Amino acid sequence: MDKKILYSITALFDTPDGIIHAAEEVRRAGYKKYDVHTPYPMHGMNDAMDLKDSKLGFITLAAGLLGGAGIFGFVTWVFVKDYPNVIGGKPYFSWPAFVPITFEITVLSAVLVTVGALIAFFFKFPNNSHPLHDTLYMKSVSSDKFGISIQADDPMFDEEKATALLQTLHAQSVQPVYYDEEELTRSWSTFDPKFLLLLAGVAIIVSGATYVTMNILLYLPPFDWMSNQNKFKPQSTTEQYSDLRMMRPSVEGTVARGFMPYPYHGNPDAAGKNLVNPLPASKGVIEIGRTKFLTFCSPCHGNFARGDSRLRGQFPNPPTLHSDKVRNWPDGNIYHVITEGQNIMPSYASQITRDERWAIVHYVRTLQRAFNAKESDQQ
Amino acid sequence: MSTSVIDYSIEPPSVTGNPSAVSIDHSVSAPLDRKPSRGWWIGISITGTMLAIGIGCISWLFWKGTGVWGVNQPVGWGFAIVNFVFWVGIGHAGTLISAILFLLRQRWRTGIARFAEAMTIFAVICALIFPLIHTGRPWLAAVYLLPYPNQHGVWVNFTSPLLWDVFAVSTYFTVSFVFWYVGLIPDFATLRDHTASKVKKVIYSTLSLGWRHSNRHWQHYEKAYLILAGFSTPLVLSVHTIVSFDFAVSVIPGWHTTIFPPYFVAGAVFSGFAMVQNVLIVTRRFFNLEHIITVDHLDNMNKVILLTGSMVGYAYGMEFFIAWYGGNPLESFVFLNRAMGPYAWAYWTMVTCNVVLPQLFWFRKIRRNIVVMFILGITVNIGMWFERFVIVVTSLSRDFLPSSWHHYAPTLNDIGVLIGSFGLFFTLVLLFVRVLPVVSISEVKATLPGGQPNHH
Repeated sequence: MDKKILYSITALFDTPDGIIHAAEEVRRAGYKKYDVHTPYPMHGMNDAMDLKDSKLGFITLAAGLLGGAGIFGFVTWVFVKDYPNVIGGKPYFSWPAFVPITFEITVLSAVLVTVGALIAFFFKFPNNSHPLHDTLYMKSVSSDKFGISIQADDPMFDEEKATALLQTLHAQSVQPVYYDEEELTRSWSTFDPKFLLLLAGVAIIVSGATYVTMNILLYLPPFDWMSNQNKFKPQSTTEQYSDLRMMRPSVEGTVARGFMPYPYHGNPDAAGKNLVNPLPASKGVIEIGRTKFLTFCSPCHGNFARGDSRLRGQFPNPPTLHSDKVRNWPDGNIYHVITEGQNIMPSYASQITRDERWAIVHYVRTLQRAFNAKESDQQ
Repeated sequence: MSTSVIDYSIEPPSVTGNPSAVSIDHSVSAPLDRKPSRGWWIGISITGTMLAIGIGCISWLFWKGTGVWGVNQPVGWGFAIVNFVFWVGIGHAGTLISAILFLLRQRWRTGIARFAEAMTIFAVICALIFPLIHTGRPWLAAVYLLPYPNQHGVWVNFTSPLLWDVFAVSTYFTVSFVFWYVGLIPDFATLRDHTASKVKKVIYSTLSLGWRHSNRHWQHYEKAYLILAGFSTPLVLSVHTIVSFDFAVSVIPGWHTTIFPPYFVAGAVFSGFAMVQNVLIVTRRFFNLEHIITVDHLDNMNKVILLTGSMVGYAYGMEFFIAWYGGNPLESFVFLNRAMGPYAWAYWTMVTCNVVLPQLFWFRKIRRNIVVMFILGITVNIGMWFERFVIVVTSLSRDFLPSSWHHYAPTLNDIGVLIGSFGLFFTLVLLFVRVLPVVSISEVKATLPGGQPNHH
């Protein structure tokens, strides 16, 4: 503590008039780096110190406009582009209903940015290690005194001259303020083990709490009563029935509404004779047939129905559909095979709807024609 | 009886007894430095019990679901919405005092602004509980209240008044909190330099962010305060306007009226001022702040109560007039039903408390009589609670289809949650008066006689 570094010369005044006069005199003397400290904002002090108007309002304006335009644009995007929905017969872009949210977000963003900028950029806070902190000077201006402080880093600063100037202004007391040795020599490192430990601790607590909440707490009553309801679910078991199935099979002979049971069970010839493909051989129908064929038929019959199974012999190869037999079948026969199965081919009635089966028949016909094209087709 | 004429052209001083700046520090920080009194302990044990009742009722509600309430078809909005609107309304006085009176340069606001702002925050906290718990599963509420990109690819409905409410009330809470905190920063610095306790010093230093009372900071600070006040003013008007949209945008007779926004805002200020006035009367008495929160302040507040109460009374009359003039039989039925139907007792309680009794404030003697104004403040809040009850319940219980009419009655759980919200509010108020300066030290000092330079 042999050589203290001077921060400023300070002077305390008792009256508002005294501090205003002092501020004017210090400014006239040509000092730039000085500050006045008062327990409350003093009328006329900004003129006395010749301070320019605060620029804070421009930040507020920019933040408010950006926030407002941003949320208005976002809501417009949601309602017009991302998820258009007719609500109450209004147009998608029903902007009057966007106004309340736009207003609220404008206010919110303007206020938060203003205060954030005020604290971080205009005040450079938080800062609790300023040389003026904890001085008698600060305690006095915190309460009922008015102080002025001429900083040592002002280009025209001279300790004796500054002290003399303040004394001629009838200050109550004139005191030098020094930098705090401890604050000057203290250094902070991002890789300080204690700091890293703190970060690790925060990470563990946050992730642990998140884990417990999301994976344990939400599965405890009453929080799980949305998923664990007091009722039976379709695939669950029950002691109530001898087959233990909760979902009951339909009664024998039940016919679904609007559906007639297939009348040619075990009778392919009758199917071939009586059934007619109800669908037109249009591009759309054939496209549906192609999709369904590739999904359900092609694994065994091959992509082009040539009986070239992709199973490579792990399963008995099915016949080609380009044989004369199949080509000469009526549509009803092919439909019958898809519906009932044949040899080791199972029934596809539960996977492929009736219309889809007819579409597949069209597609198979298309393939057959493509592989056995007539002279006229090639022109 | 003296016949002296009062000169209303002279503004009464905002503090009495000519205190010094140092004594303001002492008066305001005294409750923070000494051990809590017996009265405080009694108070907090009462409010704590009320709070515990509320927590118990809410836990039971979460366990059993909203079936423990009295709500059912067609009265789907019961106590929860009544209490929500009531508490949001209470909050409005704080912003009005801190922002609107600031813009109007009313110096008498300095003594009461901090307290009113704190009450705003506490009231909004109480209000926010109700929309959350009325969903039944509030832990899932964020999922359908907040717009966030989700796996369903849908967004919340930004054109729904209920979502406007979410944005309005949460913005209101955030902005009020920021406004309050910015106002507290210089006071934290003063307390930091005033306190003798090391622990408190660390806390106050942290909260003050290192405020140095520098004029280069005050310059921006005052600008920021002006901006915040400027934003809070339309914000507070928007909040109760949007709350009233919850009703007015629907097509229920008795709700679907354009008078609702101004009527709700006036009612909010009315009940809020009554609540602030009540709590201030108790606080100034217990903490010896009679010279800072003066009878003149309370007198002014009573004038605002009289004004807004008359506006509310006008709205009641206008609703009846429009119901007749509009010629809609459903509309006129609803209003006749309010005044003469099964809830007539609630309606006439409301009219008595809100329109008739506040007229006593025309008399200067009553405006300055602590006991009378305290009782009138309580009746105003009873009346305003019943106003929301009448609006919500009478319109819903007898809507379009007589076969589905249903009489609504609250259950014990409903009442328990209401008691709990009062418990929470007053517990927060009691904690606030113990740990934070209840009066803005820097603002009061600025309005002290001789506190500003004589202009040369």
